[in-house]
Amino acid sequence: MRTLDALITESPVFTNLEPEQLELIAGCASNVVFEAGDRLFREGDPADVFFLVRHGLVALDAYIPNRGQVTVETVGAGEIVGWSWLVSPYRWHFTGRAVEPVRAVQFDGACLRQKCDQDPVLGYDLLTRFTHVLVDRLQATRLQLMDVYGDGD
Amino acid sequence: MATATEPALLERAAMTPLPYRVVRKRRENHDNWTLELEPDAEAIDPIGPGQFDMLYAFGVGEVPISTSGDPESDGTLVHTIRAVGAVTNALCAAGKGDVVGVRGPFGNRWPLDEALGRDLVLVGGGVGLPPLRPALYHALAHRGDLAGLVLLYGGRTPHDLLFTRELERWRGRLDMSVDVTVDAAGSDWHGRVGVVTKLIPAAAFDPANAVAFVVGPEIMMRFTALALLERGVPADRIWISMERTMRCGIGLCGHCQLGPTLICRDGPVYRWDEIEPLLGVPAL
Repeated sequence: MRTLDALITESPVFTNLEPEQLELIAGCASNVVFEAGDRLFREGDPADVFFLVRHGLVALDAYIPNRGQVTVETVGAGEIVGWSWLVSPYRWHFTGRAVEPVRAVQFDGACLRQKCDQDPVLGYDLLTRFTHVLVDRLQATRLQLMDVYGDGD
Repeated sequence: MATATEPALLERAAMTPLPYRVVRKRRENHDNWTLELEPDAEAIDPIGPGQFDMLYAFGVGEVPISTSGDPESDGTLVHTIRAVGAVTNALCAAGKGDVVGVRGPFGNRWPLDEALGRDLVLVGGGVGLPPLRPALYHALAHRGDLAGLVLLYGGRTPHDLLFTRELERWRGRLDMSVDVTVDAAGSDWHGRVGVVTKLIPAAAFDPANAVAFVVGPEIMMRFTALALLERGVPADRIWISMERTMRCGIGLCGHCQLGPTLICRDGPVYRWDEIEPLLGVPAL
């Protein structure tokens, strides 16, 4: 059975962490399992956690009046779900739903924020890593906005 | 004077559509149809993966359409057409038994030999899947010649996806990996949502030993190539299929000129490191 440390460093986001940093991060982590259809979090709720998906698919949904629930993006194995824990007011912008059975590592964002406040080196390192996640999401969103498969295709 | 007249005769032959009859027609989604065509009399030369024909809706006009059929089939032409304009609407309205004009085959082929012993990664966006399908058929027919085989496909919505039954069949195979994503979906869609480039980081291939064929809108191909490069696929092993307004198909009219290259004659398949410098040039 693999340890939490090993599971965490499998993700590109957490590769090449210093052992002390890994220990600090793993101290805020736990294994979680969701069934298909389960909600991981709800839009507007406090965002005090984030997830590293190990297996399965998580949909980020938004409710649009007259259209119902719309999936904005899905996040799969090896990817991070959630960055709202990093940025005030620390509230979820979307609803997270397990599309299929999901195994994930859940991180206590509030706990990590506290550790980052106490250890600015860890804070800077984590922020740099999450900036990559944010930039990837931003680029993907820009491409989605271009609607490249529209009528001009 | 044979040397002077032969090219002219060849050009005339290339410009004369041959009558083909629609023998089968299948609706792929709300605006795409696949036509299977057989010659009324004389047939064009066999068409290869990556090549295109000029299809003529009599009295309306002519459009370039890539082959989407099995290159090892009996000579029936298979073309998947999106009904977006007058000519494509007329072609999609053709019924079984109707006659359309065919010129071709034109352009170059996917460099399938480049994939021998390597992982072949096919990335299609929107109506970019049909031009890749012949390469996939070929790869499946010669599966033992490849290391891995990966198909990554992105569409606008679940309703816009093409070849959905085949996708399910391919997904069920143990000798290839298939991943599909759409840009937008309701909660009734149980697959991935996001742009096709997002599939590349986790796709099952060895970038150092991979060859990628990419087809889709130009902007999608650009971002896909960047994602493949970031994953570690060398630029000279990424191939894309270009599209421009093609008219004559034999490099005479210049409609499809892109800088020094004529896409109908020198393409449509280009190596990324050779075509990329031209893609960012405004007004080309």
